[in-house]
Amino acid sequence: MALEAKIRASDVHFYYGQTRALTGISMEIHERCVTALIGPSGCGKSTFIRLLNRMNDLVPNTRVEGRILLDGKDIYHPKTDVVELRRKVGMVFQKPNPFPKSIYENMAYGLLVGGVKDRGFIEHRVITALKKAALYDDVKDRLHDSALKLSGGQQQRLCIARCLVVEPEVILFDEPCASLDPISTRKIEELILELKKDYTIVIVTHNMQQAARVSDYTAFMYLGELVEYDRTDKIFTVPKERMTEEYLSGKFG
Amino acid sequence: MNIQAHAVQGMDGYLPGDRLPSRWSPRSRDLAQALGFACLVLCVLISLFFLGFLIYFIASRGASVISWEFLTEAPRRAMTRGGIAPAIVGTFYLTAGAILFVMPLGLASAIYLCEYTPKSYLVNLIRLSINNLAGVPSVVFGLFGFAVFVKGFGFGVSILSGSLTLGIMALPGIISASQEAILAVPQSYREASLALGASHWQTIREIVLPSALPGILTGMILTIGRVAGETAPILFTAATFYTRGYPDSIFSEVMALPYHIYALMTEGTRPELQTPIAYGCSLILLCLVLAVSALAIVLRQRQRFSYGS
Repeated sequence: MALEAKIRASDVHFYYGQTRALTGISMEIHERCVTALIGPSGCGKSTFIRLLNRMNDLVPNTRVEGRILLDGKDIYHPKTDVVELRRKVGMVFQKPNPFPKSIYENMAYGLLVGGVKDRGFIEHRVITALKKAALYDDVKDRLHDSALKLSGGQQQRLCIARCLVVEPEVILFDEPCASLDPISTRKIEELILELKKDYTIVIVTHNMQQAARVSDYTAFMYLGELVEYDRTDKIFTVPKERMTEEYLSGKFG
Repeated sequence: MNIQAHAVQGMDGYLPGDRLPSRWSPRSRDLAQALGFACLVLCVLISLFFLGFLIYFIASRGASVISWEFLTEAPRRAMTRGGIAPAIVGTFYLTAGAILFVMPLGLASAIYLCEYTPKSYLVNLIRLSINNLAGVPSVVFGLFGFAVFVKGFGFGVSILSGSLTLGIMALPGIISASQEAILAVPQSYREASLALGASHWQTIREIVLPSALPGILTGMILTIGRVAGETAPILFTAATFYTRGYPDSIFSEVMALPYHIYALMTEGTRPELQTPIAYGCSLILLCLVLAVSALAIVLRQRQRFSYGS
């Protein structure tokens, strides 16, 4: 297993106005591994993952301290090109959010806004990504139908495929199965395991079993702090911190 | 007291099944219900009655003068004969001019206010001012247009001055309607677009505006429809009592339907011949405004339909 640090966060603090949401988070996210962030609601795991592609820039009145390095480059450096960063770090959200456009238009969007004009190339990338996301067979006959006609699980796989089209290096999943049924959830999990061969994956989940099933590393967060971070098998069998053990055994959460 | 006794006797000392103390007997309660319901129905009927009566009143008095000639010819013999075609054309030009001027301006302002300005004291003040602008009486807009466009810019009494004045009057409505439509676009669309590496402007152009467009258009059409029937803003800026032909440039003064009605009822020497023409004119104006509103309703229905898919 490759142990390169793809992302390195050091002493990251984050504030919504005067309220501190993250306190001194330091962790390394390894290349081509799945890293799961778990913890009770409001512990800051979503806030943290949204820092990795600067999605929190959209929230007014917020402040970041500390450094987050992607391939050794500070993503909060004033000269960082945010658009370029988000091409490298894709994101899949909690609720499937396809655009109210056709499936094909959804897929091609990332390339079009990136200035790609070659239709043959776009079509090739779209089909490759749909196949990677195991969605191609479901939609190949209706690529020009509205994406909103798909089921919730299909919509979420479309969002994953849409993100693959731009060929990111890291994919962030913010509770991707929170609104899905168990069968769709299983398909997404299988997909994540498949994708980790090529991508670095960070997933926020409420579901501890899901973290155990899909991740190589697990970080347990509580009240804005990183309590414990280790290989998933260690966290789930021999956690070092009492709080981690209590959370995993369902004593609170 | 133990819990069981509590449950049987109840907190308030009544046994289960006891009727709660009430000033109303069941019968008087039903009566009150019926009375209240009747009151509501009555109010609705009264409103509908006035609306229906207005349309009937205008239609019954105006219908007799309406003919193909009425719609296509210019007035003759000091407005006692002929048609109102120049006034229809004038109103069309004034409204079209106002649309051309105000739609880009209103849309751009709304985009700026919704997408670019952080929520601050200043922006709230701007929003408040826009809403207050909507409450300014139309004759004040007329005077403003006269002072600024007719005199200040030297456009004279013309289609240009009238269109600009009507446009400014429509501006607050158009900005609010566009803002509402833009804010109704789910934030998740914006996030999805940005996360795919789209710039802020690309997100607005490709995602936000297409989703908001039906709402923006509906609001714009409704506002324009209302403004097209206004008299006071064009009174000093564009309208004239009588032109022989059709306007030949944007600097021509024009006849317009609302002002023509006003002129027919207040000027001239043959009221018995002019009054029916004024009703005919009103009927045409009413039909035009209703048609525009109907268009907006159709658009809104189609919008609902497309979101439902």
